[in-house]
Amino acid sequence: MNTLPAIPPAILRAEDLGRSVNGKTLLEKITFELHAGEALAIVGPSGSGKSTLLRLLNRLDEPTAGTVYIDGSDYKGIEPRVLRRRVGLVTQRPFLFPGTVEQNLRYGPLQRGEIVSDEILSELLGKVCLTGYSSRNVANLSGGESQRVSVARTLANSPSILLLDEPTSALDDASKIEIESLLLNIVHEQKLACVLVTHDKAQAVRMAGRALLLADGKVIRSGPTGEVTHA
Amino acid sequence: MLKRIFTDPLHLVLAQALLAALAAIIVVSLARRRGINLISDALIAMGRGLLQIIAVGSILALLLKGPRWNGGWLLIAMIVAAGATSARRAKGVPGAFAVSTWAIAIGAGSVIAIMTALGVIDSRITSLVPVGSMLIANAMNTNGLALNRIRADVLAHTGEIETALALGAEAHVSVAPYVQAAFESSMIPAIDSVRSLGIVWIPGLMAGMLLSGARPLYAAVYQFVVLAMILASSGLTSLVSTLFIRARMFTSASQLMLRQER
Repeated sequence: MNTLPAIPPAILRAEDLGRSVNGKTLLEKITFELHAGEALAIVGPSGSGKSTLLRLLNRLDEPTAGTVYIDGSDYKGIEPRVLRRRVGLVTQRPFLFPGTVEQNLRYGPLQRGEIVSDEILSELLGKVCLTGYSSRNVANLSGGESQRVSVARTLANSPSILLLDEPTSALDDASKIEIESLLLNIVHEQKLACVLVTHDKAQAVRMAGRALLLADGKVIRSGPTGEVTHA
Repeated sequence: MLKRIFTDPLHLVLAQALLAALAAIIVVSLARRRGINLISDALIAMGRGLLQIIAVGSILALLLKGPRWNGGWLLIAMIVAAGATSARRAKGVPGAFAVSTWAIAIGAGSVIAIMTALGVIDSRITSLVPVGSMLIANAMNTNGLALNRIRADVLAHTGEIETALALGAEAHVSVAPYVQAAFESSMIPAIDSVRSLGIVWIPGLMAGMLLSGARPLYAAVYQFVVLAMILASSGLTSLVSTLFIRARMFTSASQLMLRQER
């Protein structure tokens, strides 16, 4: 008897996720699923709740309704440090720590007592096209280089889910294209589940197969990115 | 000159207070010409300060007639008032009043208690309350400086702190540089006071002791004793308050609560 191929379980599932602060609803009933190797774009106007949603996904903020399941487990039962290692975040500004590129890359694993080997360090730098930058002081890096270090620093934690919060919006056009293509390669190569917040519809189409359009904290449209952004 | 005009000591001291306040008003009036308006703040602060010190003086006069432990109650009341005052420097920091009051109680209170038990501070009210109040007042200033600095640093470095959290750092690790900077900067006045003792300033306690006929060497060494106790109580207060406030800035899920309104 022929059986249908089993659908792999979602690596990330947001269920009726919401957040209200002082009686004001910032986000309401957000539900979606994401599988390994899949990218989802969150688009919408400023103040629509895009970044609020991303902050809920790695629990930098607490949902006041609903929850998130990571590999089928309610993330409220996962220790925040462990959760945040698995759900990596790349922010709009890189916020590098004072010191060298190498110190920044070693930061995450060091928090759980792991030392990144020189081999892995070189590999990470190679992935973000910064080979030979290990001993550079981060104060002397360009905007694009800093964002690459930020990406490599997040990858050093070996996340299975990658959250990208407007990762290229603070960069010039040349750096923007470079970082975008770099992220696309990494997401595809490592089969990461990726949630991208962007105000740039063209970027959403280039980077993600599916999209959610938010307005006033609610999903007003979802589906293939091209349809959502051009409807 | 005033002594020739006012023969009654009470009239004389009121005239002295008026002239000293006038000097302060002239200075803040000059500042107003440069767009810095502190006149109402200065007037309220001076009026309040004068009333408070008269009230405390009157209470002291009454307590002097009572048992020694009366001094303890007065110091406890001072600690609570100091907690409320320095908590104002940490607007928006959750639990600032409780943190300040406990930090001052532990920092200044323990030094006062230990030093009194050891006989370094005389347990008579006339000695315990003035010396204790000096320790509490300095602990209050140190605490205010520490909280003010930590609040400003955390608000200015929210991105760095949340990046550290997002990389799996524990809450206390993510704010460690700012807690350390707050502690260090809050200790600058107390350390500088000891460092410049006798060179830049002769503190009021020593001057008072000299005026009341104490031997200069005894007055000098006792002043050092008081400043060393101030350093100890201020340091302990700052240490405790920065540790307490660090814990209060995060939820149990390591989420930073102190953030600019968005």
